[in-house]
Order: sequence, then structure tokens, then C-alpha cells
Amino acid sequence: MSALLEVSGISKTFDGFKAINNLSFTINAVELRAVIGPNGAGKTTFMDIVTGKTRPDVGEVRWGATSKSLLKMNEAQIAREGIGRKFQRPTVFEDQTVADNLTMALKAARGPFAVLAWRASAASARRVAELAAEVGLSDHTHRKAGELSHGQKQWLEIGMLLAQEPRLLLVDEPAAGMTLAEREQTTALLCRLAENRAVVVVEHDMDFVRRLNCKVTVLHQGSVLAEGSLDHVTRNPDVIDVYLGR
Amino acid sequence: MTRKPFILQNPSVLIVLAVLAVFTLAVTLLSQAYGTGALPTSTVKVLGKTLCLALAAVAMDLVWGYLGILSLGQMAFFALGGYMIGQWLMYARTEVIVAEALAQNPIPPTPQELRDGVTNQIFGVVGSADLPLVWSFAHSLSLQLMLVLAVPGLLALVFGWLAFRSRVNGVYLSILTQAMTLALALWLFQNDSGFRGNNGLSGLQNIPGLDDVSQARLSVWFLWASAGTLGLFYVLAAWLVSGKFGSVIRAIRDDETRVRFLGYPVEGFKLVVFTLAAMITAVAGALYYPQAGIINPAEMMPIASIYLAVWVAIGGRGRLYGAVIGAVVVSLLSSWFTGGRAPSVHLPGYVVNWVDWWQVALGLSFVLVTLFAPKGIAGIFDRIGGLARPRRHGRDLGPDQGALQEREAKA
Amino acid sequence: MTRFRLLAACVMALFLPMAALANPALDAVISDNLGQIEKPSRRSVQPLVEQIAATGPEGLALLRAWSDRRLGLTAEGRAVIVDGSSVLDAVTGQPVFGVEPRMLRPNSGVRGVIDSAMVAGALNDPDARRRSAALDALARGGTPEQLAALRAALDDPDPVLVARKARLERLLTIQLDKDTQARVAAIRDMAGDVSLDFRAALNPLLAMQRVVSAGQPQGNVARELEVGSDALPRDAALALLVDAGVLQPRLTSAEQRGALAANLRNGQVGGIPVEQLSDPAARDRAYDALEAAGAVPPAATEAEAEAALAAHRFFDLYAEPSPEVTDAARAAQIRAQLRLGAMTGIDLGLDALSLASIYFLAAIGLAVTFGVMRVINMAHGEFIMMGAYTGYTVQTLIADRTLSLVVALPLAFAVTFAAGVVLYRLVIRHLAHRPLETLLATFGVSIALQQLAKNIFGTQARPLTAPAWLEGSVTVNDVISISSIRVAIFVLALLFLGLFLFIMKRTRLGLEVRAVTQNPGMAASMGINPDRIAMMTFGLGSGIAGIAGVAIGLFAQVTSELGQGYIVQSFMTVVVGGVGNIWGTLAGATLIGGLSKVIESLNPGNTLAAQTFMILFIIIFIQFRPRGIIPQRGRAAEA
Repeated sequence: MSALLEVSGISKTFDGFKAINNLSFTINAVELRAVIGPNGAGKTTFMDIVTGKTRPDVGEVRWGATSKSLLKMNEAQIAREGIGRKFQRPTVFEDQTVADNLTMALKAARGPFAVLAWRASAASARRVAELAAEVGLSDHTHRKAGELSHGQKQWLEIGMLLAQEPRLLLVDEPAAGMTLAEREQTTALLCRLAENRAVVVVEHDMDFVRRLNCKVTVLHQGSVLAEGSLDHVTRNPDVIDVYLGR
Repeated sequence: MTRKPFILQNPSVLIVLAVLAVFTLAVTLLSQAYGTGALPTSTVKVLGKTLCLALAAVAMDLVWGYLGILSLGQMAFFALGGYMIGQWLMYARTEVIVAEALAQNPIPPTPQELRDGVTNQIFGVVGSADLPLVWSFAHSLSLQLMLVLAVPGLLALVFGWLAFRSRVNGVYLSILTQAMTLALALWLFQNDSGFRGNNGLSGLQNIPGLDDVSQARLSVWFLWASAGTLGLFYVLAAWLVSGKFGSVIRAIRDDETRVRFLGYPVEGFKLVVFTLAAMITAVAGALYYPQAGIINPAEMMPIASIYLAVWVAIGGRGRLYGAVIGAVVVSLLSSWFTGGRAPSVHLPGYVVNWVDWWQVALGLSFVLVTLFAPKGIAGIFDRIGGLARPRRHGRDLGPDQGALQEREAKA
Repeated sequence: MTRFRLLAACVMALFLPMAALANPALDAVISDNLGQIEKPSRRSVQPLVEQIAATGPEGLALLRAWSDRRLGLTAEGRAVIVDGSSVLDAVTGQPVFGVEPRMLRPNSGVRGVIDSAMVAGALNDPDARRRSAALDALARGGTPEQLAALRAALDDPDPVLVARKARLERLLTIQLDKDTQARVAAIRDMAGDVSLDFRAALNPLLAMQRVVSAGQPQGNVARELEVGSDALPRDAALALLVDAGVLQPRLTSAEQRGALAANLRNGQVGGIPVEQLSDPAARDRAYDALEAAGAVPPAATEAEAEAALAAHRFFDLYAEPSPEVTDAARAAQIRAQLRLGAMTGIDLGLDALSLASIYFLAAIGLAVTFGVMRVINMAHGEFIMMGAYTGYTVQTLIADRTLSLVVALPLAFAVTFAAGVVLYRLVIRHLAHRPLETLLATFGVSIALQQLAKNIFGTQARPLTAPAWLEGSVTVNDVISISSIRVAIFVLALLFLGLFLFIMKRTRLGLEVRAVTQNPGMAASMGINPDRIAMMTFGLGSGIAGIAGVAIGLFAQVTSELGQGYIVQSFMTVVVGGVGNIWGTLAGATLIGGLSKVIESLNPGNTLAAQTFMILFIIIFIQFRPRGIIPQRGRAAEA
């Protein structure tokens, strides 16, 4: 199985603080992976680097079968390559309707003139309806996103991610602020998504990670501390030391 | 989700077009050339110019209200459009005059003599004997018309590319656009800029080849042209902001970063809208200055662009008709108050002379509008139109702190 | 005239027994040249002046009086020196009473001749002031004889005058000495000097004349010129050939047209129909036909012009015949120019520094508010104006300039501080986190304040006069000088930098401001009231603007548009320098001030172009350092 994303030897320093320290990391094309670590372990910076928001000081990020470097691309190009990102705080376009939000995210040509020439078709409308149904917002497609509840916004954002049809999905603390029922729904969704693409979940919550039942990577001080199943890493004395505490 | 025709999705476009048509018809019927003569020619010109300003405001609204870039340099494009058309107007008309003068000589003039005569007539005032390079196309109307679009478009493209590429935004970008227009104005103020320094271009109200047509008629023709152009570009702008493209640019306004993560090339979108708006503004300027008759670099000092922003803000940004209303209402009120025709207010112990106090009133009312009615005059229409405020009960607001936020969400 | 002189002689004979002649030689010269003395001519007076000078101290006294227009002639033809109310006989030195002398009014040329004749004598005068005056006269130009006199009189009791004499001797040697080697040596001695007099002495040596010659010309050749080069455009070369008489003048198109029009016959000129004459080639043909018929004078053709150009060479010749002298002079001039360039650079640096201080003062308040609240205050320029008007108002109330300045500075701070606080409470607080709307709202305030100032103070400029001790300038040499006001503003800027650093680093307020800047939420939970801190910083920034206004008003006219002139530069300073850091503002002000001055010096007399280039530079600069020279660091800045 070939690697979809290969991060090798990256470091990033902010004002003397080493947020990422010689981090290497590989994700396969179809995989569900949880990344855990205490605050300041470099989880968010790692996602920033992969999505092009931050440039590492040294190191290499390679993508896909052709192993092309992501470091020369900007955020939009990386997103078009098929890397989707879900932020910790739901970020949807509040001034626009749910349908507009989803339509914008639909996989289509992204250039300004292509967008200008784009016309809604029966197929696109059907796809938007499908997505809305999948994230449970069928009744709200004509409401402005700003009017939705926090959880609904989370779902809308997940819907937008699905609309993009990414090959790699980076999800930042999806369970934050969700009720127990919503968490279960989210777990199921993530597992289903991981059936035909790579999904990386950054999470704090051990219960949630346990529910995902996947390979776990533990970050500490900007580098990988341990990797393996949750049971495996929780038995690792280093992990117990830095993360779970004694 | 069935697709409705564009016009049905945007009933406001029809209303605006209808109002515009009725207005044009009414002015025509009241004009001296084609109607009762109730409106003097100067008033018709003011109304025609106001329509051009409204068009500039529509472009400003595209850039600011929809794309979220507070450009304080729009009037630079407006004046550039005026300069481009003014070059032809001035050159062609001077050529006619010089040819008449040279025809008095027994020997017919050579093309070189004719050109020298025109150059001397136009540039004698700044002490230059050669026709500047920038006037190379001034003899041709079609080339200058192309330049009306090309020069401001190119300037916007280059400036926008530089600014957006380095991700300058927010207040920084506003200041940068202001610097751009200031630099351009200062450059044009020089005598050797090739545009007659602070003399500017004059006599633009005389259209070469139409010497037999009276100003009364010309003013109405220009009113028609201005109204037609405004209508055309209004529909274009409305179409632009209605579809997915409009969706994306409003998304850029609200959260640029998020749009990038959706894969949209944000800089490309900004560049397209910024350049298009610059060209629309330039067309407005090219129609405005033949009605004004004179253009000089003072027209593109930063203050003019800020006024444009003021009109759009008072009218209501993010709504195209708001921009039109703001430009028409505020610019007409301004010329009425500063024209000295407004009656003074007699207070005990002090007479408020509007020529002196209008600026103060405008400034303060502008502060009040920003504070209490961020939607401007168009907000009233929203309320009438039953666009009920969404009730969000104080939930999380839009992601970008600088974004146009709906006030009611704070309730 | 003869009768008059005869009469004068008789009268003199009458007086003879009464006063013994103190200086018979002088008396004789006067009586022989009475006409010359009365109506002297610059060209012919020289020998007479020398004769008088040779007669001794009385002669010199007479010359001095003559030159000072204190010499009169009595009706009897005696020369008298009038000094206030006393009248002295020029020959005897005795007082004369009861005469009404006609005062002589020699013209400036004559006075120059008299002065230069006196110089030689005055160089050894016991009075140091006279010697100094003689040197002044020599510095304006001398003769070889005076140079010899100067060399003889190099010793002086006054060391300052010794130095001046030695220097003057070198300068005069350069100009006047017959010996080439001595002149070259003198030039080499003084090479590197940047004073105006030395540069003035070199200029005539390097004066050039342009000549046309078929071969190598006679004289000291400076250079040969290429036709068509920048130094000698083709038209100029042709004009030289015409002046030298080797080429007929070429015909201008206006002359050609005039000649053709004069020979218009039956709708034809030289056989060519007039309608065709809009074509230049047809005009040439018509003119050739007329020329062949002898109706018009011949004009040089293009071929003739080419031939003449090919047959001649063009040279610049030095007026000075000696190549050694011109070589030395050129070398000295280049050295002088290099040193002059360095000095001009220093002067420019001082200018730039003072401009930077002004921008710093104007921008510091803006930077504070922008750094803490991310808010651009468009009314900042109007706060500067308010400060300037406060200074003006105080000056109308307090006559003493120094005292009024002492009162105005804190008062301006107080007034604009209050205005800033009011603006914050009423407007900015309600627009928190909406920077663009704040920008527009404060712009509304700005236009209202400007018009208000116009309504109150009128549209004409109001003076804000600096106290006497701030007038004048600090001068280092001929090139480097800086006005005292600018020095004071520089000191003021330093003072504010210090004060600001003190407030930020050493006071409770500064600590709280820094806390709010970094994390308002956290600061609030620590018991700091962010609203109060924002208000205080806004007031502080506005207050500094007021003080900047007083400073700017001291050298600029106070008008309601005063602030407008500085606001864009202030924005630029903040943007270029980087936000949230006083050192950034300082760096921005230095960069912008320095660059303005450099661009201005590269393109003198065109400040508009200089400003244009300045702004273009900043737009491009932002491309490479979008966050300014000293950017905000850390993760927060990346977000």
C-alpha cells in the first residue's frame, strides 16, 4: 500500500519556540488515524503545515502517487489536490444559506471564470440535497447558516468537506461541544468516510479516540512519541509519563 | 431546488431599471431640448453626472460591499477614464480649430504643421513643444475608447496583483489604495506628466463633429447614455453577485482563509472583481467628464474616493440599489447645500449658513449612519421588503471580526 | 573751466599765508586734477588715485573720504573732508568754517578703483579692522601689484589675519601669478578645500569655449566632441558651423512656407499647384524651382550640411592657455566636488533626520492606537491641526513667545487628549473589531473637524511664531547647516521616544496596555478593564498628535488642512515600520524621511515627482515586507 501523504523531518520554530521538531509521519490512501497529544504538542501546527497555512523551516511534505511536494503550493492549490480540513471552531459562511454553502463546496472547477460560467444543474441540486440529507440539514437548506445551532454548523461544515470529495481529510477536534448522541453520529460518519479515503482526526478526548478504534499517533513537543493501537500507546511508559500523567 | 430566471430571483433589478427609465423619460420631457423646458440645461447635466456617480458607486459596492475591500482609490480609475476620453475630445477639437486657423494661410498646412499647431495649442500652457508619448493615440476615438477600459484595467490589474499576492488586506489595503491614488494625482499634477499638470483637460463639453448640436440637446443625449450605461452595468453587476460567483466573493469578504481551504484561488477572484470594478468606474468617468467639461488631477485626490465610500455606506453597502440611492441622494444633497441655494437656519445668536456647515453635518451624519444604521438607507427597504431579521439569539457571529456582521445577531 | 581754475589759484594765493601747507605734493596733485576729482571716470582715474596715494597719509585719508562719499569741494576749489558736523581741509587737516562744500558722489566703479589702490597701503595699517577690510576688498578680486603688496605684508600681529592673508595669497596666486609652476603649486596646496572662494577661483580657469576647426586647433584643448552625442547634438553642431561661416543657414519650415507664399502666382508656386503643397516633398520641389529661378536665396541642403559636418571637428578649448594649470585645476575641482558631495550627503542626512523626527512625532500616536486597537484613526491629522491651533490661540493670549510655547505644549496635549477620549467614548468604542467601519466613521469626524476649524479660524493661514532663540540655524560650514527649530523638533522626538518607552516599560499603565494588546480576554479576566486601557491609549496617542501639531505649526503655516498633509505619510510610517512596536515606527519614520530627502535631492525642484516615487516605493516595499520593517512576531502574527 503506497503512502498518500509523507511528512519527513519537518521543523518549525515560532520566536524560539519549537512547535514542530523533526516530525516524520506517513498516511496511507485509505486509513483512519487519530493524532493525540497534550496542548502545545504541535497538532494544529502540523495541520497548518500540511494545508499550506504555515511553511516549515526545514523538511519535506510529499503527496500522492507522484510524491509531489506540497511546500511550493498555496492553501487553495493544496485544497484542490484533495486535502480537506475541518476547523476546531465551525467556520461556515453565516451570511449565506445552507444550500449556498454546500454549492460553493461542491467539487467543480475553482477558477474565477469557471465559477462565473458555472450554472446550477439538476445534478448539482440533487447532490446538494443529498449532502444536506446526509448531515441532517434537509429542512434547513434555505436558512442562513448564521441561524443554525453550533452543532448544526459543525454538521454543515462536515457536509461541505464531503462536497469537496477530498482524498485526505484533516479533522480538528470534531467532538468538541457535541452531545453524546452527536458524538456517536460523528464517530460513525468518520469511520464510514475512512472506508475509501484517508482521515486524520486530531483529538484530545480519549473516549472518542477509543470509539474510533484506529491507529493512534502520539505527538509530544513537536515530534512523534509513539504510534500504534490505542491500547499499545497507552501502555507505553513515555506516553503515560507525558500525556496521561501519573 | 428549481432554477428560477435571473430576473425573477432579483426583483430589485427590475424595480431599479423601471425607476431609471421613468426618471430618464421625466427628465427628457422636462428638458429644454425635448420637452417643456422646466429643467435648465445645467440641471440636466447635474442629473446626468449624478447617474455616472451612481455607476461608480455600484462598482464601489462590488469591491467593498461584496468583496470586502475598502478601496480608497476608486476615483483614480474614474478620473483616468475621464482623462482617456478627454484626450480625444481635446485633441480632436483643437485639431478642428487649428485646421481652421491654418486654412487662412495661402499655403495649405502639412500634417506636421497641423500637429505642431495642435501641440502648441494644448501644451503651450505648460511650456512644452512636443506632443507627449501618452498622446500618441489621441487622434483616434476608437483607440482612446479602448484605453478608457485598458488603462484603468491594467492599473487595477498590476496594483491588485501586487497587493493581493502579498496578502495585504483590511486597513493596510485601504491605506495602500489611498497611497496609489495619491501617487497618481501627484504625478499628474506635474507639468511634465503629459497631462497638462494642474490645468487638466478642458473644453470637454464640446464634442468634435457635433458642433451644430446645442448643449441643451447634448446634455439630454448624455443623460440617455449615462442612464443606459448605468442600467446595463447594474444588470451586469447584479448578475455577477447573484450566482455562485457572488456566493464565493461574499464568502471571501466574510472569511478569506476558509475560502482558500475550499480550494478557491482567492487572489484570482479579488483580481477579477477589482479590475472589473475599475473598468466600470472608468466608463462612468468617461461619461461624466464630457458633461462636466473639465478634468484636473484634484479630481483624483484621495478625498474624492473617500466620499464615494461615504455615499455607498450611507446608501447601504452589500446592496447594489443601496449604492445607487446613496450616490444619488448624497451627491445631490451635497451640491444643493454647498451651492448656496439652501436656506440658512436662523438660530438665536447665530445664522447657520449651509455653505459653511454642510461639511460638518455630512461628517457627523456619516458617523451616525456608521454607528446606528450600518445598512444605510437600503436597510429601510429591507425592512419594508419583509426580509425579517434572522433570530440568532446572540449566538456566535461570523468568523472574521472585520466582516460585515449583522447587528441583530448581537441582540 | 580755465577761468574757474584761475580764480581758484587766486583764492588759494590769498589763503596761503594763513595756513602752512602740510602736504604740498598733495596740494599740487589736487589743484592739477580738480576736473578729474570732480567728475572722475572709472577708466582714467587710476593714475590720479595712485598719485594721491603716493603723497602719504593725508593722501590716503583723502582717498578714504572720497570713496566713502565724504569728500567735498568748496567754492574756492579746496578739497574738504566732511565728518558729521566738522569740516576739515584735506591737505592741511585744519578745520574749515563757514563753507558750503559740494559733496562728491563718485560711482561704484570709481570707488572700486580707489579701494583697490588703498588696499596695498591698508594691508599694513596699524588698525586691525582696516587690515581686515583690505583683505575683504582683495578677496573680491585683485591685481598683480596687490598680490605683490600682499606677499610683502604677510606678517601680522593678529593670528587670524595671518591665516587669512596666507589663504588669500594662495587664491590670488592661482588667479594672477605669471609663473605657471607657482600657480600649479598653489592649486595643489588648496586642493580638497570646499569653500566657495576656492571653487570660485577654479571656475574661470576651467571656463571653456566651443570651436569648430578643420584640423587640430590652436590652444589648450579640453576635449574633442562627437557630433550627435549628448554634449553636442547635431543641431548644435550645425549652428556652430553656420556661426563659423562655413555653412548656409538651413531653412526652417516656417521660413520656407513664407517664401513660398510670397511667390504664389496664379495658384501655383514654382510650377506646383498650391493644393499639393500640404506635402513637404512638394514644398521642397517648389522651393528648389524658385531657387533655380533666383527668386529666393539659396539654402543649405542636407548634403551640404553632411559634408560640412564631415569636414570639421569640434573642440572645447580652455580659455586658460596652460595645460598644466588646467590639469591641476581639474584635479582640484574633482577633489573638491567629491568632498562637497560628502558634505552635501551629511547635510542631506541632517535634513532627513529632522523630517524623520516630524514623521515620527506625527505617526507615534497613530501607531499606538493602531497597535493596541487595530483601529485607524482618520481624524488623527485633525488632532495634529487641533494642536497647532491651540498653539496659535495661546500665542494670541500670551505675548511672550517662550512662555506661550511652554503653556501651549501641555495645553495642546490636554486638548487633544480630551478630544481623543471623547472620540473614543462616543464612536470608536461602539465599533470595536470593525476596523474598516472605524476608519470611515473617523473619516466623518475628520471632515467635520476640518470644516469646523475653517468656520472658527477662517481659511487663511495663521502664523505660529517660534521664540527668538529658536530662529536662526546651526551652521557648520558653507554646505552643512540646519535650522534651530528642526534641531528642537529632533530633541522633542527623542524626548517622546524616551517618555513613551518609560510609560510602556516602567509604569502600570504600560504593563496593562501591553497585556491588552496581547490578549484582551485574558487581561480582562485579570481585572484589567480593557475599555479603560483602550481609552487611555487612544487619549495618549491623540495627545501626542496635539504636541506634534504645535511642533509642526512652528515651521509650517497653520491651516485647517495642516493635518491632511501629514496623515498619509503617518499611515505610511506605521505601515512600513510595522505595527505594535515603537521601534518599528521609528524605523518607518527614518526610512520614509530619509528616502523622501534622497529622492528629492536626486530630482531637485520637483517635489511632486519625489512624492510619487516615494509612494510607489512604499507600495513595492509592502510586497516584500508586508508586516513592515519590524514585524510582530509569534504565532499570533501568523494567524
